[in-house]
Amino acid sequence: MDFSLSSEQEMIRDSVNRFVEKDYSFDKYLDTVKTDAQMQPKTWQQFAEFGWLGQPLSETAGGYGGNAVDTSLIAEGLGNGLVLEPYIANIVFAGNLIALAGSSSQQEALVGPLVEGNKQLAVAFAERISRYNPAWCATTAQASDDGYVLNGEKHGVVNGANAETFIVSARTGGNAGETAGISLFLVDANTPGLTIRSYKTLGGGTAAELTLNEVTLSDDALLGAPGEGFAPLERALDYAIAAACADALGAMKAMLKRTAEYAGQRKQFGVPIGSFQVIQHKLVDMFIEVEQSTSMVLQAAVQADNDDRVTRRKAIAGAKAYINKSSKFVAQWAVQLHGGIGVTEELDVGHYFRRLTGFNLQYGDREYHLKQFAALSCDIEANAEQRAAA
Amino acid sequence: MNLDFSPEEKQFQQEVRSWMQANVPTQKKPGAMGYHSRDDQMAWEQLLGKQGWLASNWPTEFGGPGWNATEQHIFDEERAAAGGAITSPFGLTMLAPVLMKFGSPAQQERFLPKIAKCEELWCQGYSEPGAGSDLASLKTAAIRDGNEYVVNGQKIWTTQGHWADWIFCLVRTDNEGRKQQGISFLLIDMKTPGIEVRPIHTIDGEHHLNEVFFTDVRVPAENLVGEEGQGWTIAKYLLSHERTCIAGVAGSKAGIEGLKKLLANTPTETGTRLDDPTVRQRIAELEVDLMALEFTNFRTLDKMAKGQPPGAESSGLKIKGTELQQALTEARVELGGDDSLPWHNEEEIGHAEYNNASLAYNFLRASTIYGGSNEIQKNVIAKFLVAL
Ligand SMILES: Cc1cc2nc3c(=O)[nH]c(=O)nc-3n(C[C@H](O)[C@H](O)[C@H](O)COP(=O)(O)OP(=O)(O)OC[C@H]3O[C@@H](n4cnc5c(N)ncnc54)[C@H](O)[C@@H]3O)c2cc1C
Repeated sequence: MDFSLSSEQEMIRDSVNRFVEKDYSFDKYLDTVKTDAQMQPKTWQQFAEFGWLGQPLSETAGGYGGNAVDTSLIAEGLGNGLVLEPYIANIVFAGNLIALAGSSSQQEALVGPLVEGNKQLAVAFAERISRYNPAWCATTAQASDDGYVLNGEKHGVVNGANAETFIVSARTGGNAGETAGISLFLVDANTPGLTIRSYKTLGGGTAAELTLNEVTLSDDALLGAPGEGFAPLERALDYAIAAACADALGAMKAMLKRTAEYAGQRKQFGVPIGSFQVIQHKLVDMFIEVEQSTSMVLQAAVQADNDDRVTRRKAIAGAKAYINKSSKFVAQWAVQLHGGIGVTEELDVGHYFRRLTGFNLQYGDREYHLKQFAALSCDIEANAEQRAAA
Repeated sequence: MNLDFSPEEKQFQQEVRSWMQANVPTQKKPGAMGYHSRDDQMAWEQLLGKQGWLASNWPTEFGGPGWNATEQHIFDEERAAAGGAITSPFGLTMLAPVLMKFGSPAQQERFLPKIAKCEELWCQGYSEPGAGSDLASLKTAAIRDGNEYVVNGQKIWTTQGHWADWIFCLVRTDNEGRKQQGISFLLIDMKTPGIEVRPIHTIDGEHHLNEVFFTDVRVPAENLVGEEGQGWTIAKYLLSHERTCIAGVAGSKAGIEGLKKLLANTPTETGTRLDDPTVRQRIAELEVDLMALEFTNFRTLDKMAKGQPPGAESSGLKIKGTELQQALTEARVELGGDDSLPWHNEEEIGHAEYNNASLAYNFLRASTIYGGSNEIQKNVIAKFLVAL
């Protein structure tokens, strides 16, 4: 085992930190969080210049071919800096899905603009009842003479306010809950029959509710093979979850740092509150959770690139389940130890708090991921086979 | 020992319930953390006042209904269950007991009737930027000048300060001796020249709190409650009252019932969310905690009714009560899943109740900070426990 970063990876990390320090002050965040888009085109262009937009996408698809550890370093830095721009939804999730499932002409049409910062995408897979499960797809795609007709509703589509094109999952066969029979479609935001209701989300970012009413698409809107959309969807979602965990870790580290500093400065009863042992121990608990979460982010990032589904899925579901809990712990105690100032809009701590609550609710809550994990880990026979094979 | 309501209490419960059912719907619907405007708040409280029920914790001699602890509890539970907003505590449950015990007859006559009818709203001016948990280190100065005090300084975290007609303040009238000894309790008209109120926005994105600045504010000396230097004794008396009402039993009870209904109304792949065993377990955990809290609350109220002052129990109630409020609002947010994500969105996305869940969750992070933080409450209890 080797946990050291390569020199390129150190450069990536430093470049994000430098960007946050120089160009993404708390005031910049406050300006951005006021906007409906929750992003600024100029900032997005900077991302393109730094190469972050192409980094997570494979070279064959037109990206720069970095691995998921590289991506997690970028995401962690953005979370640490309270950066709002939709890096994970647009690039890590939607971009990877194009890279994984798209034909070469689709990749050519979309990945280039994406890498240059000229394209906004969103993946529309969740439905009102699906409760995070990407296989629960009731939206239908009926084959017609020269294409497909889509009907249904999509829910909580992250980056929905900005997306010019949606990647929509719809059934060409099978029933809701089954992995087979799900197909992916590229649907432009202005397609007749598509209604978009977008809104801001807790902790920053946007989402949308989509209604598809007789949305008529030509054959070339199909992304990947018909009925086989689930595997790339799940895989791209895993990339997104790994990156979201890294983003959360960045926010947790920021909160720990601020709280430890504050405890050293804030005086009550004539002494810094950090001299009280209850406060010290709570800070220690926060520190330990940050350490554990760092490990979970690392293993999730390494395994996100693993082709073995069980190993990958356990790493991802485990990380999300763990960090949903640990980030909540760190966020809640950071607020508590700040006292009154911690619950205000004036201090960034409250904004990190909301970001982490939002993280908890996106891409699967703890309950969902524990169930996913249990389904994989409690199959004793499969475990034995896997160990024998390893 | 008997844990049932008496026949009279049951009848009383019916009476309150039908009144609430008839009257709560005539009022504006409160937001996640109560009303957003002074007018809505006052309209609701004045309605209760007309019925003689606003000052629900007051004895008859001061114009209250004279209810015993059980009746007060029933009243509060029925109010919460019907969705009636919580009343502003500053005049009713904080200042009023202080005036009854320490105020002059003239002060009682001047202020209590207007509180009981909600003709005036109050706020609490205790905390300062440098004096939070260590309240006794407060600096806002009141210097006697003839028949007036001249007040200079700053208060912070003043809930409803932008609504209030009056503020009760802890001020420093003496810098000698122990810092607790130089504190006095002063009533100040918010319209007095020299007072400036600035808003503070909390992490639910709303305006509940304020900073209040005092520059050469002249206050009639008759507005001093008790004697000069008695402020700390009065403050401690007030805090014990604040802590029991902060347990929020009625609100949590209504919240848990509301959450069950909401879950029963949330469809899943096979039925509703309330059918899910993991969800049921979470609800049961909340409800069992509520049960323990409710009866601990009864025990404390019983003790107070028998004339014994609440001791460490009120700190324990505050801790468990606020932890339950937080666990409940956290459960609502998490069980809402991505329906809890829309942020201050006017249009309903799925269930509005989930959409708004994060507002109460965010705001109530403060419940373990205000009214004496839970760490401070633990210090209080520890003093009872550990013989040093
Ligand atoms: C929403 C809200 C409403 C409020 N409303 C009012 C109001 O209407 N009027 C009013 O006067 N005040 C009000 N307050 C103020 C409230 O009473 C104070 O915030 C509280 O006393 C804590 O003080 P602080 O914020 O200065 O935190 P600090 O005292 O600085 O505390 C910071 C942290 O240190 C911990 N700590 C401090 N001392 C110790 C110790 N000895 N041992 C262990 N831990 C310790 C605290 O528990 C906390 O976690 C309100 C506060 C909030 C958040």
